[in-house]
Amino acid sequence: MRNYTKVLKIAPAFLLAGTMLQAQTKDSLKTADIEQVVLIGYGKQKKTDVTGSISSISSKDFNGGATSPAQLIQGKTPGVSITGNSGAPGAGSSIRIRGIGTLNGSQSPLIVIDGVPQDFNGISGAADPLSLINPNDIETFDILKDASATAIYGNRASNGVILVTTKRGSAGKLKVNFSTLASVSTKMKNTPVLNAAEFRDFINANASAAYAAKLGNADTNWQDLIYQTAWGTDNNVALSGGIKGLPYRLSLGYNEQNGIVKTNSFRRTSVGLNLTPKFLDNHLSVTVNAKGTFTDNQFVAGGVIGEATYFDPTQPVYSGNSAYGGYYEWLLNGGLNVNANANPLARLAATRDVSSIWRGLGNIQLDYKFHFLPDLHFNVNAGYDYAKSDGAKTENGLYKVAFADKGRYRSYSQEKKNKLLETYLSYTKNVEAINTNVDLVGGYAYQNFYRFEPFAPTFNGNNVPPVMGNNVEVRNVLLSFYGRGIFTIANKYIVSASVRRDGASRFWNGVDKKNLWGTFPGVSLAWKINEESFLKGKGINTLKLRAGWGKTGNQELRDVADYPAYSSYNLSNGGAQYYMGDTFYQMLRPNIFNPNLTWETTTTKNIGLDYGFAKNRIFGSIDLFEKVADGLLVDSPIAAGDVSNHNALNAGTMNSKGIEGSITLVPVKAENTTWELSFNATHYNSEITNLVNGADANYYIAVGDISGAVGNKIQAHVVGNRPYAFLVYQQVYDNAGKPLDGVYVDRNGDGKINASDQYYYKSTQPDAILGFNTKFTHRNWDAGLSARAVIGNYVYNNAASNSSLQSGSTNEYLQNVYYTAVDNKFSIPRYFSDLFVENASFFRLDNVNVGYNFRDVFAPGSSLRVYGMAQNVLVITKYTGVDPEVFGGIDNGYYQMPRVYSLGLNFNF
Amino acid sequence: MKSFKIQLKTLIAAASVAALFSVTSCMKDLEQTPIVDVTAENIYSNFANYPNALAKLYGGFAHGGQEGGGGNPDINGIDGNFSQYTRQLFTLQVLPTDEAVIAWNDGTLQNIHKMNWDSSSEFIGAFYYRVYTEIAFCNDFLRNTTDEKLASYNITGENLVQAKYMRAEARFLRALAYYHALDLFGNVPFATVENMPIGSTNPPPRITRPELYKFVEAELLACANDLKNPKAAGYGRADKAAAWSVLARLYLNAGVYTGTTQYGKVIEYANKVITANYGLKSKYQDLFLADNEKNNPEVIFPIVFDGLKTQTYGGTTYLVHAAVGGTMPAADFGINGGWSGLRTTKAYVNLFGGAGTSDVRGNFYTDKQTLEIDDIGNFSNGYPFIKYKNVTSTGAPGSDVAGNFVDADIPLFRLADIYLMYAEAHLRGGGGDAGTALGYVNALRTRAGALPVASINLNFILDERGRELGWEMTRRTDLIRYGKFTTASYLWPWKGGVKEGQAVEDYRNLYPIPAKDLIANPNLVQNPGY
Repeated sequence: MRNYTKVLKIAPAFLLAGTMLQAQTKDSLKTADIEQVVLIGYGKQKKTDVTGSISSISSKDFNGGATSPAQLIQGKTPGVSITGNSGAPGAGSSIRIRGIGTLNGSQSPLIVIDGVPQDFNGISGAADPLSLINPNDIETFDILKDASATAIYGNRASNGVILVTTKRGSAGKLKVNFSTLASVSTKMKNTPVLNAAEFRDFINANASAAYAAKLGNADTNWQDLIYQTAWGTDNNVALSGGIKGLPYRLSLGYNEQNGIVKTNSFRRTSVGLNLTPKFLDNHLSVTVNAKGTFTDNQFVAGGVIGEATYFDPTQPVYSGNSAYGGYYEWLLNGGLNVNANANPLARLAATRDVSSIWRGLGNIQLDYKFHFLPDLHFNVNAGYDYAKSDGAKTENGLYKVAFADKGRYRSYSQEKKNKLLETYLSYTKNVEAINTNVDLVGGYAYQNFYRFEPFAPTFNGNNVPPVMGNNVEVRNVLLSFYGRGIFTIANKYIVSASVRRDGASRFWNGVDKKNLWGTFPGVSLAWKINEESFLKGKGINTLKLRAGWGKTGNQELRDVADYPAYSSYNLSNGGAQYYMGDTFYQMLRPNIFNPNLTWETTTTKNIGLDYGFAKNRIFGSIDLFEKVADGLLVDSPIAAGDVSNHNALNAGTMNSKGIEGSITLVPVKAENTTWELSFNATHYNSEITNLVNGADANYYIAVGDISGAVGNKIQAHVVGNRPYAFLVYQQVYDNAGKPLDGVYVDRNGDGKINASDQYYYKSTQPDAILGFNTKFTHRNWDAGLSARAVIGNYVYNNAASNSSLQSGSTNEYLQNVYYTAVDNKFSIPRYFSDLFVENASFFRLDNVNVGYNFRDVFAPGSSLRVYGMAQNVLVITKYTGVDPEVFGGIDNGYYQMPRVYSLGLNFNF
Repeated sequence: MKSFKIQLKTLIAAASVAALFSVTSCMKDLEQTPIVDVTAENIYSNFANYPNALAKLYGGFAHGGQEGGGGNPDINGIDGNFSQYTRQLFTLQVLPTDEAVIAWNDGTLQNIHKMNWDSSSEFIGAFYYRVYTEIAFCNDFLRNTTDEKLASYNITGENLVQAKYMRAEARFLRALAYYHALDLFGNVPFATVENMPIGSTNPPPRITRPELYKFVEAELLACANDLKNPKAAGYGRADKAAAWSVLARLYLNAGVYTGTTQYGKVIEYANKVITANYGLKSKYQDLFLADNEKNNPEVIFPIVFDGLKTQTYGGTTYLVHAAVGGTMPAADFGINGGWSGLRTTKAYVNLFGGAGTSDVRGNFYTDKQTLEIDDIGNFSNGYPFIKYKNVTSTGAPGSDVAGNFVDADIPLFRLADIYLMYAEAHLRGGGGDAGTALGYVNALRTRAGALPVASINLNFILDERGRELGWEMTRRTDLIRYGKFTTASYLWPWKGGVKEGQAVEDYRNLYPIPAKDLIANPNLVQNPGY
C-alpha cells in the first residue's frame, strides 16, 4: 500500500490553485479600484462597509469544471466545507458552514437563489436542490456566516445563509459567450480486497474443506469490471445585450456526463432568461429571472459497488449456461442461495433505474423609487418554484435480483410547488447634518411549500396484485416580518441592527400559537480603522474590526414526521392488514406527536478583523466565533407507555467555538504577469452540553448505521463530547503490533469486557480544514491550482470491519475480504474495535488548469481561451480505503469521486 | 439607458394593495393540519372506522409498523421486523432455553442463549417497547370509546353493542400485553388511559409485580364477563375462552408472580375452556401449517399472519425462514430460501429419546447436521427443529408466490396447553381428577404417535410441555416455575456460555428494565442484580 507520511508539509507561501478566467482581462489591473458590493439579504453593502462575517465569491474565482454549483466554491472560503454526496454525476453536495450545530435539525445552510429562499429538501432523484441549477449561470455566491448577518433570515438561518445571484445582462451591443468542455473521468482506485490468488490462499488456510471446494478457477477483478472510463461534455451558450434598452441575458446549456460506474449517466438541459428593464424614467427597475432545467438520470443499481468489492474473485462472470441470464450466481440445493451476494454485472444488466426532473424557477422583482421621495424604495419579490420528478425502476426477472418476483417495476413521481411573496420598503439617505448614512429596511415575507407524492406501488411479474398505501401530501407555510437599520457614521463607524419575527406552520398543534412565533434579533458593529486620521496615508488599505451578536432559528427537521406537533392517525398499507373475524382490515395507528415542539435557537457571537496592505496586494480576514445552540431538536427516547418509544423533543444544547481566517497575496502584479495566492483555514470544536433533561452522565444516543448484521450503530451523541463521536472498544495489540482477536482494554477494571468498556474515540469533526488557491497569468497564458487539506478527520472503515475469517465463508458461499483480514485473522467481524476508526486526514489537489487566450481573434474585444484541466488528481492520505473524504464518516460501499481530465474552449465576442 | 414610458403606475398600486391584503389572509395559513393522515374526531365519529382502529390493537402483535415487511415502524432503535412482537417473544422465551440456539451475530443476540444479557440489550429493549406501545394503542382506543365518548359521537343501537364488545377486546389485549410484562419484567411502568395521553411529558408511575398481578387478574375477569362467548367472535378475535386461557396461565404461575399459589383456580378456568366445545386437531403437524386457520377446533387465540396482507419478517416468516439452512430444501417449507439461524440443543432432542422417535412432535433434520454444538455460529452444529411451514395440509405452497412471507398463524393458546395445565395443577394439589389428568396427557401423546403412559408426575409434565409446546413461547416460564431456568438442576448446551452448560445468577429469572427507560422514567427501579 502507499506510504505517504506527513499530510501537510506545505508552507503557506507556496500554494497552488486554479480558477477559470473569463475574458475582459484588460480590467484585471483595475479590479482593486472597483468597489465590491456584497449582498446582505434584502439589500446590498459595499464590501468595505460590511459588519457581519460575510464571504463573497464571484465567477472569476470559481473552480472550473463544476457540474454542480456547490463545487464552484469548494475550498475557496474559510468556514465553508463542501463535500460531494457521492461521485455519481448529479448527486450534488452537502454544504456545512462552521461545522455542525444541530443533531436532528437540518445541518444545511439556507440557500436563496435570486432572492427566492429554497426548500431544504431536494426532490426525489436529486437530493441537493442546488444541483438543478446550471453552474455556468451563477455570478456570485454571498455567504453569510454569523448570526448578525443571518438573523435577517430568522428561523431558517442557524446554519448560515448562501445568497446565489445569477448572471444578468448588460445593455449595449450583443455579447456572445460560448463554452464547451469535453472530459474523461476515471476511478481513483479499487477498495483493497484480495485478488484471486490471495483469496485462494486465504480460504485454503482458514476455511473448512467443504468451503474450499467452492473456490472457482477464474481470476476476476470485479471492481475493474463495474467501473468504466466515463465521457462527458458540457456546452453553454449565453447571449446578452440590450434590445431597445431592455437588457437581457439568455443562456442555454447542455451537460451530459456518464458516471464511472457502468450504466450511470446524467443529462441536463438548462435554459435561463434574465431581463432587467427599467421603466418610468428609471424609477421602476424590474428584474425577471426564469430558469428551467430538465434533467435525465440513470442511476446505478443500489448495492452494486459493495457487491463488486465482496464477490468471490475466483468465480467467472458467466456461468456458461443460460440460467439467471447467463451470469454466475451462487446456488444452493438446486436453487439460488438467497443469502449470497448477487453477481454485480448481472445486477447492472437487470436494473434500469431512471428519473426525469423538470424544474422551473421564476421570480419577478420590482424596485420602485418613489417619485415624491426618491430615497424611499418599494420592493416586491414574487417567485414560483415548480419541480416535478418522474422515475421508474425496472428489474428484470430473468436475473437473480428479481427472480423470485419474476421481475419488478415501480414508477414514482413527486411534485413540488413553492410560492414566495415578499414586499419591503427601503430608505437610504446620507444625512449630512450628522455625517451619517442611514439605510433602513422593513418588510414582510410569505412562503408556501407544497409537496405531493402519490403512492408508488411495486408491480411484480408474478401477477400478485401490488400492495397499496398512502399518498404523501404536505404543506407548510412561513410568515415573517423583518426590519433592519444600518448607520454609517463618518464613513468610519458602522452600526447595524436587525430583527425578524417568524411564524412557522410546522409547529401548529391545534391548540395555541405560542410555539409558532419567534423573534430573532441581530446586532453588529464595525470600525474602519484605516479611515481614522492616525492611519491615513500609512499604506494600510483596509483595517476593519467587526463584532456581532445574533439569534437565529432552525425549524427544519430531519427524520421526523411532517406534522410533528399535531395529533393524527395513519392508515396502514395493503401489506399490513390484520384478519379479524371474517375479513382483513387496514390498521389505524395513533401517531406520536409533541404538542410543545418548537424550533431550535442558536446565539452566535463573532469578532472579526479585515485587513489589506500594500495596495491590497496582501489582504484577508480573521474571525473568531462562538455558537450556543439551545432547544436542539433531538429524536429522543421517551418513557415507555406512549404510542412510540421516541419523540421529537427540544431537549439538547450544544456549544461550538472556532476560528477561521484567510489571506491572499499578490506577489507579482506587472503589466504582463500576475500571480495571486490565497490560503484559508478553519478550526472549530463543537461539544454537546445537554441531551435529555435528567439523564445521567453516561446517557448517549446511538447513531451511524453500519452494515454487517442488523441494527449496529458505531457513533453516538453524548454530553461532553463532539457529535457523531465513535463509540468503540480499545483494541489490544501484541508486542509485534498485531491486534489480538476480540481482546480489548478493560477500561473500568471490573474483569469483564462489556459495553461499559467502550469509549468515545475521535469523531467525524476534523481539527482543521485548509484551502489553497493560486493563479498565475503571463501574457496570454494562465495557470491555476486549487487544493484542500483536512486534518484530524477520522473515518470508520466498514469494508475492513466487515471482513474476518468467518465472513469469507458463511451461509454456503464465499465472499472476499479486505486485505487486512489476512493479517488480523479475526475469527468473526469485530465491528466495535477502534482499529477500524482510521485517520483519514488528507491533502487533495482539487483542480489544476492551464490555458491560453487568443485575444482579438475574430474581432476586437473577442477572445478564445483554450484550456486543459485535471480534477482530483492527487490525494495524499494514510487512510487505507478508497477515498478519505466520506460524508458522514462511515465508509461503506461509497461511490468514489472520479479523477477528471478535460479540455475546454471558452469563446467570447 | 432608455426607459419605457408605459403607465405602470396602476400595476404598482395594484401590487401594493394585493400585498397588504395577503398579509391578513395569510395568518390563517399558519394553521396547517395533516392532509393525508386523519384525526381522532374523523375516526371515532364513524362506526365504520372502529374495526380499523381495533385492527391496530390486534395487529400490534403481528406487525412491526404500518407497512408490510416492517416499514413505517412503530418504535425506533431497532428494525421493524426485528422488533415484531412474537419474534421478540420467541427471542426472550425460547432462545435462552434448551429449545433453541441461533447462529447470527446481530448485536448482542448471542447473549440471550448464553444468559449473560444486561440492561443495554437491544432485543430486551425491543420487546419491552413493543409491549408498551401495544398497551398505549389499547389505552388510546379505550380513551376514545368510553360511554361518554360513544354517546357524544352518536354511536347507538347495534353499533353500540358491538362497540362495547370491541372495548372488551381492547381490555383483553391490553391485559395480555401486561401479562407478558408481568412474566418477563415484573416491576414495570403502569400506563393507564388517564395517566398517559399521547405526547405526555409525565412518565408513568411504577407498579410492582404483585400489584400488577392483581391488575391483570381483575382485567381478565372483567373481560371474561364482557367478551363474546367461545367461538362466537370470529377467527382471530378474543372471546371468553381466550380470557379463561390467560387466566389459567396466570394462576398456574401465581406462585412465581406473588408468592401465593392458585392451583385451584387453574383447574376452574381450565375446565371452563375444556367444556366449551374445543377439541384436538387430528393431525399434530397441521396445527403449524399455512392453512392452520381451517378445520382447527383446537386453537383458542391465534396471532394471524398472511403472505399477502399480513407481511412481516417477524412472526411465522421468521420462524420458518430462520430455521431452514444447510441441506434442508427450502421448497419443502414453502419459502425461497432459509436464513440458517435456528437449531435446537441435544437436551431438547433427548426429551424425545433421540431423533429417531415415532413421536411426530420430535421432528428433527439430521442430514449433514451434528447433534453436538461445538460452535453456535455454525448452522451445521445442532439439529434443526421442524415445526412451522409455509405449506398447506395438502402440500401446496403458501399464498406469497415469491416465497417470502408465510401464511401460518401462531397458536398463542390452544387446547393442548390447557390439558397440560390441568394435569399439572392437579398434581400440585389444585383439585380435579387424577384419571382425567392422565387421560388428557395420553390423548396428546396418542395424537402425536407417542406411546401412552401409565402414570404421570411433575417432572414428566415439564418434559411433556416441552414436547407438546416446543417453540411455542412458554418454555422459559415453565422452567422458572420448576426452578430450573437459572439453577444447576437442569443444564443444557451453552447455558451460561459454556459448552456443557452451567448455572447462572438467580436474578436472571427476571429480565432487566432497559437502561434507556430507567433514564427516561425516574419512577422506575431496576430489577435486582442488574
